[in-house]
Amino acid sequence: MNTLVSGILFQVLQSVLMVLLAPLLLGWVNQCRAWLQNKKGAGIFQPYRTLRKLFNKDAILANNATVFFQRMPYVLFACMWLAVGIVPVLATGLPFSPAADVIALVGIFALARVFQALAAMDIGTAFGGLGARREMLIGFLAEPAMLMTLFTASLISQSTSLVTIVDNFAHHPFAIYPSMAFAAAAFVMVMLAENARIPIDNPVTHLELTMIHEAMILEYSARHLALIEWATSLKLTTYICIGIAIFLPFGIAKAGDWMALPLAIVALLAKLAAAGAGLALLEMVSAKIRIFRAPEFLSTAFLLATLGMLTHFLLEV
Amino acid sequence: MAHSVFLPIEIACLALLAWIVLAFLGLACIRQPRIILNVIFPAGAAISLVIAVVGFMALTLQAQTIILPLGLPNLPFHLRLDNLSGVFLTLLGGVSFAVSIFSCGYFRNYNGPKLALVALQYHTFLASMALVLLADDAYLFMVAWGAMAVASYFLVTTEHQVPQNRSAGFIYLLTAHLGAIAILFSFGVIQGGHGEYTFDALRQAPLTPLWSTVAFLLAFFGFGAKAGMLPLHIWLPEAHPAAPSPVSALMSGVMIKTAIYGMIRVIYDLLGVIQWQWGMVVLTVGAATALFGILFALTQNDLKRLLAYSSVENIGIILIGLGLSMVFMGMGHPTLGVLGLIAALYHTINHGIYKALLFLGAGAILRSSGMRNLNQMGGFIRHMPKIALFMLVGVLSISALPPLNGFASEWLIFQTTLQAPALQSGVLRSLVPVTAAILALVGALTATCFVKVFGIAFLGQMRNPDLKEIHDARFTETIGMAWLAISCVVLGLLPVFVIHLLNNVSLSITGFGLPSDAVDSNWIWLIPTSAARASYSPIIFFAVVISAVLITIFLVHRLYHGRLRRGPAWDCGYPEQTPRMQDSSDAFAQAIRRIFGPVFKATRHFPSPDDTAPRFSVTVEDKHWAGLYLRIARLTTFVSNQLGVVQQGRIHVYLLYSLVTLIALLIFVQ
Repeated sequence: MNTLVSGILFQVLQSVLMVLLAPLLLGWVNQCRAWLQNKKGAGIFQPYRTLRKLFNKDAILANNATVFFQRMPYVLFACMWLAVGIVPVLATGLPFSPAADVIALVGIFALARVFQALAAMDIGTAFGGLGARREMLIGFLAEPAMLMTLFTASLISQSTSLVTIVDNFAHHPFAIYPSMAFAAAAFVMVMLAENARIPIDNPVTHLELTMIHEAMILEYSARHLALIEWATSLKLTTYICIGIAIFLPFGIAKAGDWMALPLAIVALLAKLAAAGAGLALLEMVSAKIRIFRAPEFLSTAFLLATLGMLTHFLLEV
Repeated sequence: MAHSVFLPIEIACLALLAWIVLAFLGLACIRQPRIILNVIFPAGAAISLVIAVVGFMALTLQAQTIILPLGLPNLPFHLRLDNLSGVFLTLLGGVSFAVSIFSCGYFRNYNGPKLALVALQYHTFLASMALVLLADDAYLFMVAWGAMAVASYFLVTTEHQVPQNRSAGFIYLLTAHLGAIAILFSFGVIQGGHGEYTFDALRQAPLTPLWSTVAFLLAFFGFGAKAGMLPLHIWLPEAHPAAPSPVSALMSGVMIKTAIYGMIRVIYDLLGVIQWQWGMVVLTVGAATALFGILFALTQNDLKRLLAYSSVENIGIILIGLGLSMVFMGMGHPTLGVLGLIAALYHTINHGIYKALLFLGAGAILRSSGMRNLNQMGGFIRHMPKIALFMLVGVLSISALPPLNGFASEWLIFQTTLQAPALQSGVLRSLVPVTAAILALVGALTATCFVKVFGIAFLGQMRNPDLKEIHDARFTETIGMAWLAISCVVLGLLPVFVIHLLNNVSLSITGFGLPSDAVDSNWIWLIPTSAARASYSPIIFFAVVISAVLITIFLVHRLYHGRLRRGPAWDCGYPEQTPRMQDSSDAFAQAIRRIFGPVFKATRHFPSPDDTAPRFSVTVEDKHWAGLYLRIARLTTFVSNQLGVVQQGRIHVYLLYSLVTLIALLIFVQ
């Protein structure tokens, strides 16, 4: 009973902590990018200020918007919240983790994407449909690559449960898996695409002809927009956490192990900071590509992930 | 006691008989269409429920047999109700209940004679499908199979005034018969020379591996033609748009599943010893079918054609599950093979339900607005909220999104592919997970396809402002669709019950079941092999998503405010937007046509430069027509022309032929 209670406490702690930290990570990435561009930057707390501003405004809804459009931000936010609750970032063995494995995790992202695309088409503006179409394009290219990456890790650990995967990598003697190198490369590419980062999409511009993610949320304002922005940062955090959990799981605690918790939090913050800086650097050195080059980019990711899986069978079994 | 209560199989026979009686009553009521709508179809629905209950009971009972003194002399009809037929009877009963109820409202615009014929063919169709599932000898099976094909042919050509519908019906009948011949030959091979055609005798017949491979290939081809696998799928996109929507729902939801039933019956039950090479054939064809089906579904504008191609895709997914199961079985891993079989059966049920739901939804749209072309639809959610809600459930289910049912079965198929390391052969070990990659791509494409369907048809603004008379679903239509939508949710949330029941099926036909971890798990956790490998709990998942949404709404409104204003859409500040500026169905699929260009034969139609209301459109053709079928047709014509020389039309020439044949035979027999 005691373990269950502390397990639930860990679960709540992780979920709340990640939700609160997510905008900070986005602020950190933006700040790093500003530094790399020799700018001063707005500070790492800028996303919180933006969120507060948006939450305090009155929401405006298009006349013909249906309940779909109005409730989508909440569904999106809930999905991302759920996703970040599943990924073992602070501790393994969380009570909620067995409810969904890596396939279900990809399923949650798909669910969120479908709702977002449908909401974008709800009002019937030219940009909404365009954004939805492009988002689904990126989605169906990225999703298989993502699954293949996760499957490579699953095949090594003989499990699709993220907890078992993390346990296997974190608490067993260190071993080098060539297949994971392919998988890691593929994962980074997918992460860039799924989170609307350069080179697939540029989160800071609203250029009509090239935008993807932003085109879908043009009609949103105030608290709805705030929730979407927050969910977007949460999604980025979740992806980075998945990457950390699979490729760099060292330092993670076991649920209920309060002694290991401070170390786990410090390790997590350090890893997130490093990953955020790396992301900013990646975005600095690459340029946005045309939308019709995106299939090439993502099919490369897909092939890399599949190659990783084949490598696993050729070299590691 | 035993005689005071009917056995389930006797109830099934009585229900079947009742359907036939209803069919002829329907014909008798040719002048009273109201009776057909208000009495015959509801009575048919009640019988469907009986069939569903019988099928469900059969899932936990021992097999029962009965011999009916019908048919040819010395060849009575053998019937058998076992776990496998129970699964499909439950599906048949459950889906046809909804479709019959829906039909009461849907067929209201039909006149007396047409309605009477529909009632006749519809109930015959239902009875023949049930008979296919109950048949326990090859004769009865072929009779029922043929009756099913003919009844559905007449249903497809209900609107026979339209020439396209007649040719669609012809193509369907042709494919059905090609398949039936192959199935007949397959039974002929399986009986192994002793001339006994009861399924029991077929099970016992000894076969060399070569002959059993021949039997497998024939059966696979024959049932594949009915199921719609590549390249025999061409009848589906022709027949489904031609048929009235409830009939499409039955054909896609149940009839093509009887082909899956036939495959499982012949391969697992009658042949018994499975070779892994067969599994690879099924797996390859399945993967190709799934990918091809969804790519074509994405580029369609006709909603019913789109759904037909999507059925092709789902048959592919089911075949992937079956193929995996056969590979594992053939390589000596029966427990893993069971997982694949259960996943395939589960997906069969799920597809039956959500595809029937989507076809009924398409029918409701068609009846209400007269539209089938997605390019003309738009904004229907504001006029038909009920249809929109049910379609949304169907769309989310078919897109394999958690926590609905499509996800549960695809999840199981993924789990099966990930068991590949158990295989000994290195080639197979690396090939099997590639199907996981294809399945992942197919799943993501399906989501895109159905975002297009729902987004274009229901969301956005009305594209056709002249459309006035559109209204929501009628009462009976609502009940039919609600039944299926609820089934989707229940099957998605309670997968553990389903796999426990399907485990019985596997135990009874293969003798193997799931490992103990999976069987002993409680109803919350779906565990395919062991808890450490994978687990999934749709109920917890669903509860957490819903509570997270509610908590977020509560917190946002509590901590900030809930103020809301309405205004015109912003659209980057462009004030003069019209509904025509929305993405059309063609536009939505543009990227697909471009990325997968070589698969399609797309022709673009451009308006003239001085057109003031220009319309761009694209037609996408199936390359199989020109590449395969037209060539076969030309070859057939050529051969017929050559053979025409023999046909003189004069009686003495024919007599000469007889004489020559007779002499040749005499010499041959000597």
